[in-house]
Amino acid sequence: MLKPATIIGQVILYGAFAAFIGYFATSPKYHQVADDVALIKLSISHLGERECRKRTAEELAKMPPNMRAPLDCPRERSDIRLEVDLDGQPILQTVMHPTGLYKDGVSTIYKRFEVKAGSHRLAVRMNDNLVKPGFNFVKEEQISLKPHQVMVIDFNPDRGGLFFR
Amino acid sequence: MSFHTTLRKGASSVFLRIEEALDGPFGGADNPLRHLGALGLYLLWIIVGSGLYLYTVLDTGIDAVYNSIGYLSVEQWYLGGVLRSLHRYASDGFMLVMTLHLIREWCYGRYYGFRLYSWITGVPLLWLAYISGIGGYWIVWDQLAQLSATATAELLDWLPIFSEPSARNFLTPDSISDRFFTMLVFIHIGVPLLLILGLWAHVHRISHVDYLPTRRVMLATLLALIVLSLLQPALSNPPANLAVIPGDLDFDWFILFIHPLTDLTSPAIVWLLLFALTALLVALPLLPHPPPEPVAVVDAANCTGCDRCLADCPYAAISMQPHPLRPGFKLAVVDSDLCAACGICAGSCPSSTPFRRRETLVTGIDMPQQPVHALREQLEQTLTGLSGPRRVVVFACARGADASGLAAADTVVMPLLCAGMLPPSFVEYALRGGADGVLLNTCRPGGCDFRLGDRWTRERLAGEREPHLRRTVPAARLQLSAAAAGDESTLSAALDDLRTRLDNEALAGEPLPPYLRRASNHA
Repeated sequence: MLKPATIIGQVILYGAFAAFIGYFATSPKYHQVADDVALIKLSISHLGERECRKRTAEELAKMPPNMRAPLDCPRERSDIRLEVDLDGQPILQTVMHPTGLYKDGVSTIYKRFEVKAGSHRLAVRMNDNLVKPGFNFVKEEQISLKPHQVMVIDFNPDRGGLFFR
Repeated sequence: MSFHTTLRKGASSVFLRIEEALDGPFGGADNPLRHLGALGLYLLWIIVGSGLYLYTVLDTGIDAVYNSIGYLSVEQWYLGGVLRSLHRYASDGFMLVMTLHLIREWCYGRYYGFRLYSWITGVPLLWLAYISGIGGYWIVWDQLAQLSATATAELLDWLPIFSEPSARNFLTPDSISDRFFTMLVFIHIGVPLLLILGLWAHVHRISHVDYLPTRRVMLATLLALIVLSLLQPALSNPPANLAVIPGDLDFDWFILFIHPLTDLTSPAIVWLLLFALTALLVALPLLPHPPPEPVAVVDAANCTGCDRCLADCPYAAISMQPHPLRPGFKLAVVDSDLCAACGICAGSCPSSTPFRRRETLVTGIDMPQQPVHALREQLEQTLTGLSGPRRVVVFACARGADASGLAAADTVVMPLLCAGMLPPSFVEYALRGGADGVLLNTCRPGGCDFRLGDRWTRERLAGEREPHLRRTVPAARLQLSAAAAGDESTLSAALDDLRTRLDNEALAGEPLPPYLRRASNHA
């Protein structure tokens, strides 16, 4: 039979155990970013271009009939150059490399930029074929971000290239 | 002494004192700190039981799961809400208990030698537990789930394991679909199943496993968690919306602490910490540690194949095989990799009785570092040297309280590898050989370094386990104490109690008739 003091001691200790769990299961509260901050997520996954050469008629004639592809394309994909400016200031300048042992996979990037909520000038430039100079995809826009809003910079050639959402 | 050893010994001293403090209100058998593994398993069963109900009643689908679990917490608070809260709080309790269990075993140096297997198999369980816990938070698909899923994906993306960033799955509200729950089911049911499988592997090399704590501990723990569930029900945060960053969130720091840590540092540092900690835990047994003790040795001629050592070995180091010399009989065989060198088997062997007349006492299974014969020789020699009106023999576990300070002209101290290695007949032998009383010190209940030494000793002396102490031995002449290392005052007080009792012959009862081995007829 337990003594009263033992029972009280156990009640206190089990109560402390429960209280400890109860407190740290919910507290202190956590907030990931400050109240006046918005988030720009840059997430691009894209196959770089490759320089194909048109086969001559003589070349095609020498090939087996079932393999007469008109273009001779290398397996490797081009690196992708990407630049992001916010309010005229560069916040990212990078070159994305193709994945895969033979560099024939997609080039990907995922970055988060915490910015003050409000109006900003956002410019994104991308070149997916570094053999050619300059940028073949450019998107520049005045954006307005609310506190805690998430804006995504993505790329989809079927949607015209770079786009914000 | 290395820094690690100093740190470990300091921590073990603190842990031991806390354990002993909790022995006051709980007692050894009910002290949760002494049964952290069993308590963890019990919490896991609460998680599994409550989780089965939740899985049965939850609607699957991004919005449906949030609404259905919200329904449970609000409309069905008395059942579904309580079970949901139990599920969460038992999970947090499991993490806490698991961490304490890890720290405790490290403190007490239980990570090398015969414990290497249990230690190493425990390391992956840490990962599986946290993966299960984190995945569980995603199922609700509230803002906390959104934060955790996004942060976990971003953390994983730092590793070169995905061809495309997995965080792309959580870019916008239309990025995920109901099929997302296929992955969640895999994470939150498949991984816990692996955890349970891993737990089986973790304990399968030890015998007499405490799969559950005592009924009192189970009831009290469940009651505490139910009260907590009623007072502070587990509720969802606002529904997830990938178009906005979650604001202030009720945050589970037991399971999700890794996300603030990543925000505070970087994915590289977090992975470095995680891999370094894992590598450290795996490499810990490689650090310098005491050499292994000689393991138990079986003497085929004296082993009767009675199975008692098999029944008593705490680490399943003994198996029985056909006796090579006696057809139809069995022989104990010791697995040296598993043997803890505790000597509990020697204490269980019926051939270990000191009453045997042979000059050289060879028992069925014995410890080379402290053979039963040497124990008898030492006892006989010291008994002849004792003087005084109340001669006392103190058998003391060498891992318990230091008994050397009790030695005096009328008191002899005989340290043992473990209290469980003492055949009970030695108590009677000492009393019939000239001692007026015997004090036997074990570790505290539940605190035996070899798990079961104190328990087997108590049961043998109480006649509840073979080999038992004969009932003819006056109970008043035997004092059983449980004093852990550093608790010498308890041991000293126990000796004082025994002396007080012996001072009153009427209380102590008539002494046993003397026994002279060399003149007896025992084999």
